[in-house]
Amino acid sequence: MSENAIISVKHLSKTFGSNQVLKDVDFEVHEGDVTCIIGASGSGKSTLLRCINLLEKPSGGEIQFHGQQIGGHGFDPCAYRAKVGMCFQSFNLFNNMSVLANCIAGPMKVQKKSREEAEKLAMNYLEKVGMAPYINAKPRQLSGGQKQRVAIARALAMQPEVLLFDEPTSALDPQMVGEVLSVMRTLAKEGLTMIVVTHEMAFARDVSTHVVYMADGVICEEGTPEEIFEHPKEERTREFLERFTNR
Amino acid sequence: MTTLPEGFIPKILFILETYSQSFMQGIGYTMLIALVSTFIGCVIGLAVGIVQTIPTDKTENAAKHYILMVIKFILNAYVEIFRGTPMMIQAAFIYYGLPYVFGINLGMLPAAFLIVSINTGAYMAETVRGGILSIDPGQTEGAMAIGMNHFQTMTSVILPQALRNIMPQIGNNLIINIKDTCVLTIIGVTELTYATRSATGAYYTFFEAYTIAMVFYFILTFICSRILRVIEKKMDGPENFALAMDDAIVLGEGTYKYHGNPIETNHDVREFKRGEALKKQAGNGGER
Ligand SMILES: Nc1ncnc2c1ncn2[C@@H]1O[C@H](COP(=O)(O)OP(=O)(O)OP(=O)(O)O)[C@@H](O)[C@H]1O
Ligand SMILES: [Mg+2]
Repeated sequence: MSENAIISVKHLSKTFGSNQVLKDVDFEVHEGDVTCIIGASGSGKSTLLRCINLLEKPSGGEIQFHGQQIGGHGFDPCAYRAKVGMCFQSFNLFNNMSVLANCIAGPMKVQKKSREEAEKLAMNYLEKVGMAPYINAKPRQLSGGQKQRVAIARALAMQPEVLLFDEPTSALDPQMVGEVLSVMRTLAKEGLTMIVVTHEMAFARDVSTHVVYMADGVICEEGTPEEIFEHPKEERTREFLERFTNR
Repeated sequence: MTTLPEGFIPKILFILETYSQSFMQGIGYTMLIALVSTFIGCVIGLAVGIVQTIPTDKTENAAKHYILMVIKFILNAYVEIFRGTPMMIQAAFIYYGLPYVFGINLGMLPAAFLIVSINTGAYMAETVRGGILSIDPGQTEGAMAIGMNHFQTMTSVILPQALRNIMPQIGNNLIINIKDTCVLTIIGVTELTYATRSATGAYYTFFEAYTIAMVFYFILTFICSRILRVIEKKMDGPENFALAMDDAIVLGEGTYKYHGNPIETNHDVREFKRGEALKKQAGNGGER
C-alpha cells in the first residue's frame, strides 16, 4: 500500500524548544486523495502541514515523497516545494505584483517556462477560479475571497502533484467562504490530490476521501468521512464533533 | 575692484553677479557628489543589508555558517565605525591619511565620493536591514511554497517591497548628503559652502553670501524631495485597475488586457456586466 503513496509521514515528531507539538504522527496520502485534517486549535495541524512542505524542519521521524525521504542530505527543498503546493490562511500573495504576475512568477522563475507558456497556464487557472478579469489588480485591491482564489491559481499554475491548504477560509467573511470552498470542491472532483486543514466540517464530510482527527499532537482517529462523522470510535472525536454540531 | 553697492538686495545681486561662476560650480559639485554618493551608498547599503539578513543554519552547512559569521562581523564593524564618527573627521582622516599610510594619493573628488558613499552606505545598511525585516514573513513563505530559493525570493519578492518602503529614507539620505557635502570644505572640495566662503572674503559680506547659500541649499533639497515624491507615486502604480473581461481575452496571444472603460476597484464584475447590458439597452454600448 505504501509503495504507491505520494506522501507518507512516518513517526514524525516536532518540538519547539521544550514544547512537543507533534508526537509520532503516521499517515499516508495517495493519488487523488482529499485528506482533511481536523482538530482543536493548537493540536498541531498547521505544524504538520508545514513540516510536510519543509517550512518547518521535523525534529524526528521522516516524510517520504514517492518513497524518497525529504529533507535528507543533498535533497533539494525548492524542487520539492515546486511539486507540493501550499495555500495559506493569510493568502501570502506577493504584494508587489499584479494578479497575473503572481501566477506566472513560479512557472517562469522556478520552472523556467517562457512568459507565453506561463501566461497561458496562469490564465487557464485564473479562469478556473473565476479571477481572470482581475489580472491587472494588485492584491491590496482584492477582497479576501478573491485573494485566496488567486492564491489557489498561483499554486495550481505550478501544476503540483499535491496541494496543501492551511485553513484557507478561516480569515474570510462568511459570504466569501462559499466561493473559495466551491473552487476547492471543483478541484477535488477533478482528482487533484489535496491535504486540507480545515474547520469547515461540512466540507470535510462531503468532499474528503479521508479524514484525520488530531488532538494534542497525535492522530487520534482517522478514516473515511463516514467513519469519522457517523461512527466515531474515540470518545474525544465524538466530543470534538459534538462541539461543532451544537454551535 | 568695483565698489560694493549699498543695501541688502543690491549687495546680494552684486555678489551673485560677481561670483556667479563659483556659485554655479559649487552647486554643480555639491549635486554631483550628493547624487553619485547617495547612489553608490545605496548600493553599498543594499549589499551590506542583504548579507546581514542571509539566514544561516549551523546544522546544515557549518563552513558557510562560520564564513558568514565573520563577514557579518566585519560589516557590522564598518557600520558602527562610520555611523559613530563625524564625517568631517573621516574626511580629513582618509584624505590626509591615505597618502601618509598607504602612499595612495586620491584626488579630491574621488576622496569626496569615497567618504560620502561609505558614510551613506553605513546608514543605508541599517535602513535596508530594517526594510527587509519589516516585510511580512508570509511573503517569504509564499515564495518558498512555489519553490523559489533564497535568491529568487529576495530579488523578486522581498527587495522590491523593501525598496519601496525605504524610498523615504533614500530621499532623506540624498537631502542630508546635499547639505553635508559642506564638511568636505575641510579637504578643499569647491562645493557650494566653499564657494560661499570665497564670496564673503573680498567684501566681508557674510550675511548676504550666507543668505544666498541658504536659499540655494533649500532650492536644491526642495526640488529633490519633490522629485522623489513623484518617483514614489510612480512606484505605487495606479490606484485603480482595469477589469479584463472574459470575451476580450484571446488565449495564447498575449493580449490579456481589456481595453474598454477602466472601472473602479470595488465594483464587481457582475455589476460591471449589468452596467454594460444597461448601456447596450440604452443604445450606446457599441463603442467597443
Ligand atoms: N514557531 C513556533 N515556535 C514555538 N511554538 C510554536 C511555533 N509554531 C507553533 N507552535 C506551537 O505549536 C502548537 C501547535 O500549533 P499549530 O499552529 O500547529 O496548531 P493548529 O492545530 O494549526 O491550531 P489552529 O487551529 O489554531 O491553527 C501550539 O501550541 C503553538 O503554540
Ligand atoms: Mg493552524
